[in-house]
Amino acid sequence: MNFELTDEQKAVQQMVREFAREEIVTKAAIYDEKAEFPWEIIHKLADLGLLGIIIPQEYGGAGMDYISYALILEEFGRADASIALTVESHNSLAANHIYLAGTEDQKQRYLVPLARGEKLGAWALTEPEAGSDASSIKTTAVLEGDHWTLNGSKSFITQGSVAGICVIMASTDRTLGKKGISAFIVERETPGFRIGRKEDKLGLRASDTAQLHFEDARIPKENLLGQLNQGFIDTLRVLDGGRIGIASMAVGIARAALEDSLKYAKERVQFGQPIASFQAIQWKLADMATQIDAARLLVHQAAFLMDKGKRVTKEASMAKLYASEVAMRATVEAIQIHGGYGYIKEYPVERYFRDAKLCQIGEGTSEIQRLVIARQLLGREIS
Amino acid sequence: MKIIVCLKQVPDTAATIKVKPDGSGVETEGITYVINPYDEFALEEALRIKERLGEGEVTVITLGPPKAKEALRTALAMGADKGVHLSDPAFEGGDSYATAKALARAIQGLPYDLILCGKQAVDDDAAQVGPAMAELLGLPQACVITKLEIDANRKKAVVHRQIEGASEIMEVSLPAVFTAQKGLNEPRYPSLKGIMGAKKKEIAEHNPSSLGLSPEEVGLAGSKVKILKLSPPPSRATGKILEGEPREQASQLVKLLREEAKII
Repeated sequence: MNFELTDEQKAVQQMVREFAREEIVTKAAIYDEKAEFPWEIIHKLADLGLLGIIIPQEYGGAGMDYISYALILEEFGRADASIALTVESHNSLAANHIYLAGTEDQKQRYLVPLARGEKLGAWALTEPEAGSDASSIKTTAVLEGDHWTLNGSKSFITQGSVAGICVIMASTDRTLGKKGISAFIVERETPGFRIGRKEDKLGLRASDTAQLHFEDARIPKENLLGQLNQGFIDTLRVLDGGRIGIASMAVGIARAALEDSLKYAKERVQFGQPIASFQAIQWKLADMATQIDAARLLVHQAAFLMDKGKRVTKEASMAKLYASEVAMRATVEAIQIHGGYGYIKEYPVERYFRDAKLCQIGEGTSEIQRLVIARQLLGREIS
Repeated sequence: MKIIVCLKQVPDTAATIKVKPDGSGVETEGITYVINPYDEFALEEALRIKERLGEGEVTVITLGPPKAKEALRTALAMGADKGVHLSDPAFEGGDSYATAKALARAIQGLPYDLILCGKQAVDDDAAQVGPAMAELLGLPQACVITKLEIDANRKKAVVHRQIEGASEIMEVSLPAVFTAQKGLNEPRYPSLKGIMGAKKKEIAEHNPSSLGLSPEEVGLAGSKVKILKLSPPPSRATGKILEGEPREQASQLVKLLREEAKII
């Protein structure tokens, strides 16, 4: 048992912390207010290799481990969770799906530009009528000669309007339900592929979320990603990694809430003393810190097992469930500690609170995480 | 072109520094360390020269405890090719002279066309090591530079120095020692690939004997300056808030500036 980070992990953590402090923190409120996608920052992330963190170097990535990935996303979560979500969904979902399921040719054509950060990736499973019930997607893909024809709509797609390369889940056999789902690589310029409404969100406003529409969109036959009708199985593997990412980002948001609360509690004077001297505040701070450490340990456990090549479905879900709930609680308490100042935009804690909420919803709601964990505990015969 | 960059690991500029109660040093607990920001300008300039010329080698050198190797690794991650670490308990407590002497000795054993340093370290602010090293090596020097251009034949350089109210432009024959000022460039962050590649790069280790120096010539023993005591700057007195109508406040302010602050 060893809780020490390696020299490389420490170096990565320090680099991203400094980068976030210098290049992100001061701009987060502005991008949030304007709901603007921070292209300027994204280009810098690409230069530093942060859009190919977990992708091997042979495909243009940095080839880093999941512990490093978790450390990076925690730092981004601490600075600006919108950046964390962009980095997470690009790396964990779009790029990683192609890495896990793609052919060598697909990897060269699509994974390399994603990992190098030349293009952004989006990953589309959710539909207007298929959220937690992901198996009921209505988007269809029909093979017609040398191409697939896609029809349907996707909703709440992160990087929906900014991605150059999308991974789209579609039904290839409606009679088979989730066993009839396949994944496809779709380029932005594909005729019949249209970007729909850009969503106006509560939080994570500098992350791009849009609808995608497919109207007889023609995809080359060879852009089927993975085996026919195996898309849903690959999706679950992709989400295992994604949940480690969301959990890391949630730990970062919670840490932001705690660090800002510590600072404020020491500065704010009421009844002639800093509010940090009141036990009511101390207990809140103690609970926040304890829960954050516990959440981080769950995240690092899942990341560690992932690095060992183990299946992490249960551990990733536990980390994601717990960390996102900790982030929500910590940000609620941070506002409470800040009082009136926490409720106005002069302080960033209200943004942390708005951003934290998504962690309980995206890539599987807290309720779905509990189902996933329970199924892992009980085995298939009960569920 | 072979470029040597001297750097020092210093407490993070964002860290809160506390002096130890006995005044013998600063509390190191909980402090994160970084490459001295002025040394980062020097390193960045070296990397840019190498990139511009399309050839060359950048060697980073530091004198410091084992922990200072982190600074070398960061520099290697940013793109430097080799590291040299002067690390031995005997080096501890050295002043600028002792440090410059050890660095100069290590540099004498290396090929170089140019030596770059930061203009000063942000921990002790002495600004001595670069110039002292130039003297010990018998090289020309230009300090506090904000621009550096290498001549096409690589035999000389043109540097811009900030001086009072003006900018001084000098031509200097190479090899030479230049110390970097803010404004010279904007240092890069190490990329993930750079970090992954840094562990494969070589860091040479030196102690006094491998440099041909006796223990009396290095560290505290070899120093001409001894730090007697450190004390924190006096804490700022609490501010005064004037009250009343603007007219009254203004007259109070003038009175205070004249009688208390004695500045008008």
